Amino acid sequence: MMKALIERLEQKFRISEVVRQRNDELFMTAAKEEAVSLVTYLKEYEGFTHLVLLTAVDWLEAGRFQLTYLLNNNAVKADAGIRVYLDRERPEMESIHHLWKQAATYQRELKEMFGIGFPGSPRVDEPFILEGWRDIPPYRRDFDTKKYSEKTYFPRPGRKTYDPEEYMKKQLYPEE
Amino acid sequence: MGFEPVKILYALISLFLIFNVGMLISGITRKIGARVGRRHGIRFYQPYIDLVKNYALRSNVSHGVMFYLGPVFRLTGGIGVYLFIPVIYGSEYFSNFSFAGDMVLVLYFIFFGTLGMALGAGEGGHPYSAIGIGRGLAQVTAAEIPLVIAFLGVAIQYQSLSVTEIVAAQQGGMMQWTMVTNPLITLVGLIAFLGTMSRSPFDVVMAPQEIPIGPPTEFHSTFLGVLQTNRAIFPMAKTVLFVNLFFGGAANWGVLVLKVFIVYMTSVVVGVVFPRFRVDQSIRWFYKYALILGIIALFVTSLIIR
Amino acid sequence: MTKKDLDKRKVTGPDGEKFEVDPLRDYFCQERPRVHDPARRIWEGFLNWARSESLWILGYGTGCGAIEMRPLMTPRFTPNKHRIQWRPTPWQSNVPSSAAICPSRPQARGPGSYEQMQGPKYVVALGSCTINGGMYWDSYNTINRLDKYLPVDVYITGCMPRPESLLAGFEKLKTLIREGRGEGQNLYAKHFDEYKANQKKIIRDWDMPDYNW
Repeated sequence: MMKALIERLEQKFRISEVVRQRNDELFMTAAKEEAVSLVTYLKEYEGFTHLVLLTAVDWLEAGRFQLTYLLNNNAVKADAGIRVYLDRERPEMESIHHLWKQAATYQRELKEMFGIGFPGSPRVDEPFILEGWRDIPPYRRDFDTKKYSEKTYFPRPGRKTYDPEEYMKKQLYPEE
Repeated sequence: MGFEPVKILYALISLFLIFNVGMLISGITRKIGARVGRRHGIRFYQPYIDLVKNYALRSNVSHGVMFYLGPVFRLTGGIGVYLFIPVIYGSEYFSNFSFAGDMVLVLYFIFFGTLGMALGAGEGGHPYSAIGIGRGLAQVTAAEIPLVIAFLGVAIQYQSLSVTEIVAAQQGGMMQWTMVTNPLITLVGLIAFLGTMSRSPFDVVMAPQEIPIGPPTEFHSTFLGVLQTNRAIFPMAKTVLFVNLFFGGAANWGVLVLKVFIVYMTSVVVGVVFPRFRVDQSIRWFYKYALILGIIALFVTSLIIR
Repeated sequence: MTKKDLDKRKVTGPDGEKFEVDPLRDYFCQERPRVHDPARRIWEGFLNWARSESLWILGYGTGCGAIEMRPLMTPRFTPNKHRIQWRPTPWQSNVPSSAAICPSRPQARGPGSYEQMQGPKYVVALGSCTINGGMYWDSYNTINRLDKYLPVDVYITGCMPRPESLLAGFEKLKTLIREGRGEGQNLYAKHFDEYKANQKKIIRDWDMPDYNW
């Protein structure tokens, strides 16, 4: 079933990096310009009507963000994931809130946590969890959370960190 | 009957006694409820400690004049009901300020506290208080109708509006009680009694799960202490009134406490057995069953009296 | 409620008249917390005994540790035996027990509930996170020390603390109160500016009134 689906998709869209680990799961990378029409096609024609999640990965070394749309086809119990790569310098993506209303919330969160813009998405610029955040978005990997915490939250002195393996070895087998 | 200043002293003593009875009964009731649920429960004198603590809180915040007056009105309602009913039949010390038409006045006082509370809690401006007040007033009004019908029925039966005379007419054994001579009107009275006791199934006003604690949401420290005092006195006053009207009154404090405890426990037992009504259900229930039953009971009573 | 709701604005009444509403002045008290001196010796001792025997708790559970407060309510641990009762509103309780992990956003609202409580009030902090951040010590979104924001009376360590240790913590609180050492409210009033500045440091867009009562 998935094989036929891949063939149909390959005829219509420029997809690459197709990974099919199980027969009910499919991951592919789409070009940025085509991603929304691919998602729309999957939703309208292939029965992937449920948006499971929309999330992002920060590939700092490669200088790009990866957006992942995970869709679910409840009729045949199959998942499809669509990866989209964005430029890390100017991360911006078309919104899909017209397909699923709840996508607006995901996009609002992504805007806040990664700084990925979704022009036209409702309430996308309002703060989602963080209030009055002045720093760079906290989920970006170049954000130093430890430094921020030490600067903001009054660390209590005297904190020690042990390596769990070494520590337990010393506890359980002290003579070795 | 002239006014004797010494009666004030006796009334205060009797108020003090009934306050303690109320505190102990509410503590014991919670203890019993906990033990039925296999919990340890509070100590039976815990309400006293809570009361001391609430009165002893150092700060309080007011939202305006009515916020002060709300609990005061509530307490006035409770004490007012109590002060105008004879507590011990035949005792000149503990007949309080009862007079020929006290039944009508007591009806006013039962509603008075609720209205005062509504004004006071409304000034607090908390949405939960407003919801609680809305539900409370609707439900109390619905329960008030069978209450008035029951009172009317008793008044018709004994051709009197004086609680003392009604108690006097019930003396001479259990067969003379209104409970036996007119069971229908007693039933209506007890239904109304359940409706005013703010226990399940009619406790949606205070519903701690949905609207945390209802009208008293914002009342704290001394305000809450006053409300707690009233919570000890008011149900007891109502129960004493019902004992007087339907269960032959009491000739001494022992009998009174026993009867009050039993009548009070009816509301507790009903509350344990039945789940909570929503406010629209309870109003409908009062109008559908209690009201119709009450009207039938009124007809029957007047026919018997003829 | 958002920050906009606190701004001054013109409101048209039901009869068409216009009047100005200043929520901060009209709906909230502008008075600073005051230091309340304890009463005389023996009397205060008696009151403290009453306070310690009647702890009314507001479970302010903002994190995973709050899950351990629920078994505490069950018959197995009988909080009532330890004179602990739960109350649904902050106005009527005395002990906010702050739950383990402290995400900054709800934790900044905690002081609001704390300020609405009256009289001698005591803070019990559950879990390691309230002490030094616990396993979330380097997170961008959790505070490290609760005592920078509220005067804490008793810390209960553990991740998460079992109901037994919660009970032990409350017993400890009771001895503290009986010894007259539960004066957190006065501490808060005395160092009010400091506490407020720390609270405002977490929430940059302060959208609450400064005094919540």
